[in-house]
Amino acid sequence: MSNLLRQIYYVAWGDMMFMRHNFLNILIMSIMSPILYLIAFGFGLRTGTTDIGVSYVSFVIPGIVALSSLNSSFSSTSTRMNVQRLYYRSFDEMMMCPLSLHAIVWGKCMLGLVRGLIACFILYALGLGLGAGGIGGMELELTPMFVVCTVLSCIVFSFLGMAAALLAKSHQSMATFNSLIILPMTFLCGTFFSVSALHPVFQTILYCLPLTYSSELIRSAALPDFLEFDWLCLLGLILWGVAFYTIDYWLLKTRKV
Amino acid sequence: MGDIIVIEDLVKMFDGKTAVDHLDLRIREGELFGFLGPNGAGKTTTVRCVATLTNFDSGTITVDGYNLRRNPVEAKSRMGVIQQQVSLDKDLTIRENMISHAMYHMMGKAERDARIRELSDLFGLEEYLDKPVDSLSGGWKKRAAIVCAMLHSPRVLFLDEPTSGLDINARRLLWDVVRKLHADGTTIVLTTHYIEEAEALCDRVGIIDHGRIIALDTPQRLCEGVGSVAVEYLEGGKTQYRYFGTREDANAFASTIDTGVDVTIRKTNLEDVFVELTGKSVGGGK
Repeated sequence: MSNLLRQIYYVAWGDMMFMRHNFLNILIMSIMSPILYLIAFGFGLRTGTTDIGVSYVSFVIPGIVALSSLNSSFSSTSTRMNVQRLYYRSFDEMMMCPLSLHAIVWGKCMLGLVRGLIACFILYALGLGLGAGGIGGMELELTPMFVVCTVLSCIVFSFLGMAAALLAKSHQSMATFNSLIILPMTFLCGTFFSVSALHPVFQTILYCLPLTYSSELIRSAALPDFLEFDWLCLLGLILWGVAFYTIDYWLLKTRKV
Repeated sequence: MGDIIVIEDLVKMFDGKTAVDHLDLRIREGELFGFLGPNGAGKTTTVRCVATLTNFDSGTITVDGYNLRRNPVEAKSRMGVIQQQVSLDKDLTIRENMISHAMYHMMGKAERDARIRELSDLFGLEEYLDKPVDSLSGGWKKRAAIVCAMLHSPRVLFLDEPTSGLDINARRLLWDVVRKLHADGTTIVLTTHYIEEAEALCDRVGIIDHGRIIALDTPQRLCEGVGSVAVEYLEGGKTQYRYFGTREDANAFASTIDTGVDVTIRKTNLEDVFVELTGKSVGGGK
């Protein structure tokens, strides 16, 4: 086990150095779009109280946290891996080294995890701070389950980013993946509205997407006084994580990269 | 010395097309072995199979006694690979690239720092260590890539078209590096389509075409097999080549050619061998 953890650290080290060199740039990129969403959909709309009894700002902030975990974790992992694999070829170098494939999957997802967490917690702190100032109300809480769920969400979307990067044949195909999969998820998966308000057919479709589980889960963890913790969504998100991890591992194992 | 790489009946297909066709090859420990062939002959694919970058369809590959399918981790720890395209991470400095590589081979801090110092000194890279990769010229990048591949002291080093795209000076510098590594006892497998590179460096050369080894020997013996003296002359607007065992035979033949035709008598080289065996130039043309 300690050997695996050491290998994960070694795989992630280069990405952490990359992050150190570009910290300010990465930080700004990570929080820019969630803050815009927060301003536009949260404070801009401010449409009173939702059907669960909380203000819309308090309702939407956990959704934007889930969205940030998707955006930051997915794009950090996929962009860096895509560049390393297709342009620098440095990913090949790693594949030729005596590393466990499990360590490669976990290690390459660390950048996405760290960046995702930075974005999510800055956003949440902002939401809590503004809420404490009376704009969003006092409903949101920083619970241990919120932390666990946010970490899990970042990990799941890092795994997804890795799968996308491993399957991509070019930079263009990454852009296509973003447009066809990530962008629709951003707006539809319960980030800005409750999925339960939709027609059952749409609900079924949206529950086939991982961000729905993430936003419902993070919302239930952030609003413990208003929602019961959603164990089913936790299970669903874990299953998505297992599925993406399996795909990553299989792609590496069969060298379909 | 025994065989450090054993490839038996290797087959690799791409979309129904055979890239490596039942290839058998044994490379001896400490040898500088050259893979020579035109573009698309299967050189790089073979190296990528051995380096575990590409799965192969059938056959077995053993590196230093370790079967690549059964013991990939052990086999990988004995290999260093320098790819055709410099594969350093351009977002990191040269030193960070080296540290990363050392970490991938599970080297501790003290060991990797000492090794980076030693190899940087050997390859004259000290002053570039903390510079970004892209601030270096092609030749220096290759050197940095070699240092990365050598950090864990591999028993076998693969160099895939190492001088491709380099200028003459950088190429010569790299040849010196390769000779130095060979002299230190490292087994080197060099793939190239530069004839002079294979002739200048290699103990043995395998000529590969259509995924098969079609000739395998020392450069000298391969040339002798065709005829160690070549006569080159123009006939019908096309350059013709004839090969002879001795210079006397070549001279005798040259004297039968019409006066006024330019005739060159020279030593046979590996390009002649290649053309004789395949009907193609090493660059790939007929």
